Amino acid sequence: MMLLNQILFGVYPYIALVVLALGSVIRFDREQYTWRTGSSQLLRRRQLVTGSILFHLGILVIFGGHFVGLLTPIWVFEAMGVSHGAKQVLAMTAGGVAGVMCMAGALLLLHRRLFDPRIRATSSFGDTAILIILTLQLALGLATIPVSAQHLDGHEMVKFMNWAQGIFTFNPDAAGFVADVHPIFKAHLALGMTILLVFPFTRLVHMLSAPIWYLNRRGWQLVRTRRSLPLPPHPVLPTTIIQARRPEAAE
Amino acid sequence: MSHTLDRLAFFTRKTQLFSDGHGVLTNDDRSWEEAYRNRWRHDKIVRSTHGVNCTGSCSWKIYVKGGIVTWETQQTDYPRTRPELPNHEPRGCARGASYSWYLYSANRVKYPLIRSRLVRQWRKARATLSPVAAWASIQNDPAKRDDYVAMRGSGGFIRATWDEVTEIIAAANAYTIKTWGPDRIFGFSPIPAMSMVSYAAGARYLQLIGGVCGSFYDWYCDLPPASPQTWGEQTDVAESADWFNSSFLILWGSNVPQTRTPDAHFYTEARYRGAKSVVICPDYSEASKFSDLWLAVKQGTDAALGMAFGHVILKEFHVDRQVPYFRDYLRKYSDLPMLVRLVPQDGAYVPERLLRAAEFDKALGETNNPDWKTVAIDEKTGKVVVPNGSIGFRWGEDGKWNLEEKSGRGRDTVLRLGLKGAHDEIAAVRFPYFGGAATNGFAVTDHPEVLVRNVPVKRMKLPEGEVLVACVYDLFLANYGVDQGFGGDHMPASYDEVEPYSPAWAEAITTVPKDQIIAVARGFAGNAEKTNGKSMVIIGAAMNHWFHMDMNYRAAINMLVMCGCVGQSGGGWSHYVGQEKLRPQTGWAPLAFATDWIRPPRQQNSTSFFYAHSDQWRYETVEMSEILSPTAPEGVWDGAMIDFNAKAERLGWLPSAPALRTNPLEVVKAADAAGVDARDYTLQQLKSGDLKLSCMDPDDPANWPRNMFIWRSNLLGSSGKGHEYFLKHLLGAQNGVQGKDLGETGGQKPKEVAWRDEAPEGKLDLLVTLDFRMSTTAVYSDIVLPTATWYEKNDLNTSDMHPFIHPLGAAVDPAWESKSDWEIFKAIAKTFSAVAPEVLGVERDVVLTPIQHDSAAELAQPFDVRDWSKGECEAVPGKTMPQITIVERDYPNTYKRFTALGPLLSKAGNGGKGLNWKTDHEVDLLRALNGEVLDEGQTLGMPRIDTDIDACETILMLAPETNGEVAVRAWGALEKQTGREHVHLASPKEDEKIRFRDLVAQPRKIISSPTWSGIESEHVCYTAGYTNVHELIPWRTLTGRQQLYQDHLWMRAFGEALCVYRPPIDLKTTHVRCHKPNGQTEIVLNFITPHQKWGIHSTYSDNLMMLTLNRGGPVVWLSETDAARAGIVDNDWIEVFNVNGALTARAVVSQRIREGTTFMYHAQEKIVNTPGSQITGKRGGIHNSVTRTVLKPTHMIGGYAQLAYGFNYYGTVGSNRDEFVVVRKMTKVDWLEETLNVKDFAQ
Repeated sequence: MMLLNQILFGVYPYIALVVLALGSVIRFDREQYTWRTGSSQLLRRRQLVTGSILFHLGILVIFGGHFVGLLTPIWVFEAMGVSHGAKQVLAMTAGGVAGVMCMAGALLLLHRRLFDPRIRATSSFGDTAILIILTLQLALGLATIPVSAQHLDGHEMVKFMNWAQGIFTFNPDAAGFVADVHPIFKAHLALGMTILLVFPFTRLVHMLSAPIWYLNRRGWQLVRTRRSLPLPPHPVLPTTIIQARRPEAAE
Repeated sequence: MSHTLDRLAFFTRKTQLFSDGHGVLTNDDRSWEEAYRNRWRHDKIVRSTHGVNCTGSCSWKIYVKGGIVTWETQQTDYPRTRPELPNHEPRGCARGASYSWYLYSANRVKYPLIRSRLVRQWRKARATLSPVAAWASIQNDPAKRDDYVAMRGSGGFIRATWDEVTEIIAAANAYTIKTWGPDRIFGFSPIPAMSMVSYAAGARYLQLIGGVCGSFYDWYCDLPPASPQTWGEQTDVAESADWFNSSFLILWGSNVPQTRTPDAHFYTEARYRGAKSVVICPDYSEASKFSDLWLAVKQGTDAALGMAFGHVILKEFHVDRQVPYFRDYLRKYSDLPMLVRLVPQDGAYVPERLLRAAEFDKALGETNNPDWKTVAIDEKTGKVVVPNGSIGFRWGEDGKWNLEEKSGRGRDTVLRLGLKGAHDEIAAVRFPYFGGAATNGFAVTDHPEVLVRNVPVKRMKLPEGEVLVACVYDLFLANYGVDQGFGGDHMPASYDEVEPYSPAWAEAITTVPKDQIIAVARGFAGNAEKTNGKSMVIIGAAMNHWFHMDMNYRAAINMLVMCGCVGQSGGGWSHYVGQEKLRPQTGWAPLAFATDWIRPPRQQNSTSFFYAHSDQWRYETVEMSEILSPTAPEGVWDGAMIDFNAKAERLGWLPSAPALRTNPLEVVKAADAAGVDARDYTLQQLKSGDLKLSCMDPDDPANWPRNMFIWRSNLLGSSGKGHEYFLKHLLGAQNGVQGKDLGETGGQKPKEVAWRDEAPEGKLDLLVTLDFRMSTTAVYSDIVLPTATWYEKNDLNTSDMHPFIHPLGAAVDPAWESKSDWEIFKAIAKTFSAVAPEVLGVERDVVLTPIQHDSAAELAQPFDVRDWSKGECEAVPGKTMPQITIVERDYPNTYKRFTALGPLLSKAGNGGKGLNWKTDHEVDLLRALNGEVLDEGQTLGMPRIDTDIDACETILMLAPETNGEVAVRAWGALEKQTGREHVHLASPKEDEKIRFRDLVAQPRKIISSPTWSGIESEHVCYTAGYTNVHELIPWRTLTGRQQLYQDHLWMRAFGEALCVYRPPIDLKTTHVRCHKPNGQTEIVLNFITPHQKWGIHSTYSDNLMMLTLNRGGPVVWLSETDAARAGIVDNDWIEVFNVNGALTARAVVSQRIREGTTFMYHAQEKIVNTPGSQITGKRGGIHNSVTRTVLKPTHMIGGYAQLAYGFNYYGTVGSNRDEFVVVRKMTKVDWLEETLNVKDFAQ
């Protein structure tokens, strides 16, 4: 039993993370044309707008919650004076609300994907499978709330924080932190790691792309020049080619 | 290098601003651009074109990449035109540009397919039996035969191997030849010009085994019978570049921008040059917006409009004022000066036939063919003369068949136009008038059915007694209601009187305002007067597809002749209806019809064939009395349509396949057994009645067609008028026929043709279709053979629209298991040669051929119509009945003969259109070019025709159009007949020989040839009739001139001796209205089937790219008012039906359509997006589901100069626009997607 626990929560996370990282890099390098959301909005708008907004809003909150909640070192919370209990209640309510929203959205999307003949016909196995997995994971996540409600002291939650942080700090005993948690948590963890594992093979990769260059974009017209450009001076100085530039206009 | 690493360059990303910070230079990766470069990169470009029923013949670049055809673009390297004339390119339209889609589409036929039930039985039989015996065992067991026949059109295809399917086909052919006769094997393939070698492949095989080739041009109703009637020429028209030379263009029922897209630029350019243009069509067509004036004529009444134009022109340019150029032209180039006999009828006279030299004392000195020489009066001497050029001069003597103004005795003459001033008296002449009665809401006027009008005449003393004689010119004017001062019934005194054929009268019929009619007539003739004939009529299917198309056409032709336009560059008649000019015809014919081995070939006019063998005659609704003229001469004019056709077959007018009830191979054997010459034996047996003609009993199983090949065609999805009858009777498949036959309705049955109460269903034993796509025809076939597409084979293509000969090029090998048509028929021939010896050896065959136009035999029946079978005359083959020829067929050597150029070309020469020239030199050149046959056997040492390129070279070498040496020889042959010098037209090109690879390099302009009436030169564009007018070569008609008076007995009987207006006929098909109500309003509309924007003819309407541009499936266009009346809104599913069947489609509701009509674009495939019909309970049909073939007796005439049969040249035509349909909204759209209930088909 301990061996299984060790494999699932001590070894499997590394497999999943390695596949996630390498797989994503390789796919991004080799299969640029497959790097997309695979939206089916062109085929039918019905249910998509509501479903997609609910789903994405919910999942962003949940994702943020999990990320911050699991990976923020415990001393940070302690330094901020947030008690484990308060953190857990916050996680349960915020996560619960976001989870319900996300679930509603996921069900709408799933229904649309399975029962709209056009969308069904154009869906790949991966498109349908990932949506089912995410819905299941959501269900598991929501199902943990009643269990968590049994012990509101936040003690259980600390186990997951230790485990998650243990994984990232290469603590060989990390799996031990979650050895005795409720099976529903274990299922939730295992499925979560599976999502990381299949991530590079699905449309989930679209999470990794965001138009961040816009944030720092300086001009209106973008020219990908074949000329070799010097490293960006700060501030950019006028060159012989591009004249009549006033330095103060650079920023 | 790595997209990921590149993205991690946040701190090293180099950027530089420019333009005041509006722009940013970056050094971001650009390798993604390669994707777009690769998209357009290719390995090679090959020239090809589209071998479809389109006159484009456009040059295309076919791009190949990685062994796959990727796309095509327009070629732009045509030879330049002369200065001032716009160039031809770019040619090509959206339809052609989407063709490459087909090569790898889901609809591509990839493997040989066969009906599973058939192949199961075949394999079972073949396990124990030899091939022919195996086929016999299936055919002789009705249960086995019905088992697969009833499944036609219901799916059930499986893959088979080439070896197996060719063996089945060969066995079926051999069995049919042995059991029923070779002429029970029928082949249908249209338009050789679109891919000559592919056509020739099937035709050559069929002719070698004695099968029958069906015509297409008449069947498609694209043949304008008015052309052979007037000019003795199938169709000859100006190339589109000649539009540019015109200064007045009438587009009459032709939608040039839509259906002649690559040529339309010449129309635009002519307009920029200043040409006036009038467009005449009932709908607001794409062409309408080009015009100065759009005449929205009531559909089907074009002849009335044409008659009124003619009325104005005759009155203003010939009677009130005489234009010298026009009169001179009529005198020289029309039959109007000729004399006509008048005979008494009902207290007045009717025009009879043209007076002939033979009727005069000593035949006016003419000893050769005086029966066939017409006469006129010389203006100077006032005496009767026999002018040169009539058809009697063409045969049996040399040097006088020309249009010089000379008499047969060599004296100069000026023919008198009209007898006014030289007349002895005035006679009252009866002219039929048909505009007093019409059905289906066509307008009528209150006039009697005979108009008596006064005509100047002469009395002539002839050996037979005194005869009253009129001049065609005077009859012509009187018929048009143009008074020369002699008066008559209902002679319009002004344009405003509603009397035939005044503009006011025409307004009442056509709804076109009379002012517009007058303006157009004046503009047209006025322009011709100023330019010596540069007024042109571009004429289209909308005119030709009516039952009385001859009247529409002759009305337009008359205008052109009156104004001296025919034969002048920029003038004349341009009929562009589905015809592609087979320019190297005389080089192609020996290859196609195997006349290098056996003469004559077996050719059949398809209209009569399908009318008989899809049993459409059993449902005939039109009786002779409905179309007979009130001035018909006395005689027996009753009987059914098919009786008239059978008579035409008996008299040697029309071909007949099958010809004899008895297997012709058996006839020869019986003759041999009796020790009699087989030809004499056949004649004797026919006379005695022991040998029966098949045409007298088409439903006798001995007379059924048994095997049919369809290639390069979508007969059942496109041209098959009476589609549902085809399905029911010819195929025995599910069908939607709504009506009952004459046996059930108690209608008038044929008088002579046998009636069988039990109608046959499923006459064909085997239907084989060759196609590259699973067309509507393919799904009804027993065997579907995958053929190469137009980018996968080598072939030749020509058009009437431009003067270039163009190749089809194999850009890639045929995909999957497909093969070119040439290779397929070669393979069948090879297997056949191996299978046939089981039952066939060297056999002799009786071939019956009709009296051929352009042969000396066309002078067959000069005066009356006499039936040898009724004892009215002697039975003389080739004179009063079909020609009888005994030919030898060497069945085991079929393959050897197929692949070698046979000995007859060296022995008997080559030729066409009445000319013959030696061609042994070309045969020798071909032997050197293609190589000679090295295999032992009867073809050893003959030129090889092994590959499709060999076949192309054969055509190019033999044809005068592509071999200057032959052209010079051909003109020389004509010089002998005309006695004039013509060789100058080709001598500058004597050394030019065009080869296949020349064409691949660049399309080549053809060489002027006497088989066509236009010339190719640096000075004029190709235009029809040019050599008749400028070289004085007669038209190939009775008078040798443009024949505006048709004097044959049947022409007079059916009221078409002179052009008249005849309303559309009543097909009586809409009485099924409200018989099966669905609660929706049912309205009756005229059913019009033009050519579409998203596909032309037999292909393209299942092309997804084109479907995407329109509505994605079958559509029917309705006017807004009609749609509102029936509660139909745009895009509703509607049903269109009548007694013939039903079809389903979506409605396009448009202001463009004239109220009372509905448009369904031609050949929309029923395999795409077609739901079930509520009327039939079956899947909705195609546009021809609501049509039925109707024949016209005047098209059956033969043995009479220009009215003599020629394959695709004269004969019955399949008109379809007189059809009316019921239209209603569908209340339930059933896609019939449940599995076929096989129990329904269990025996």
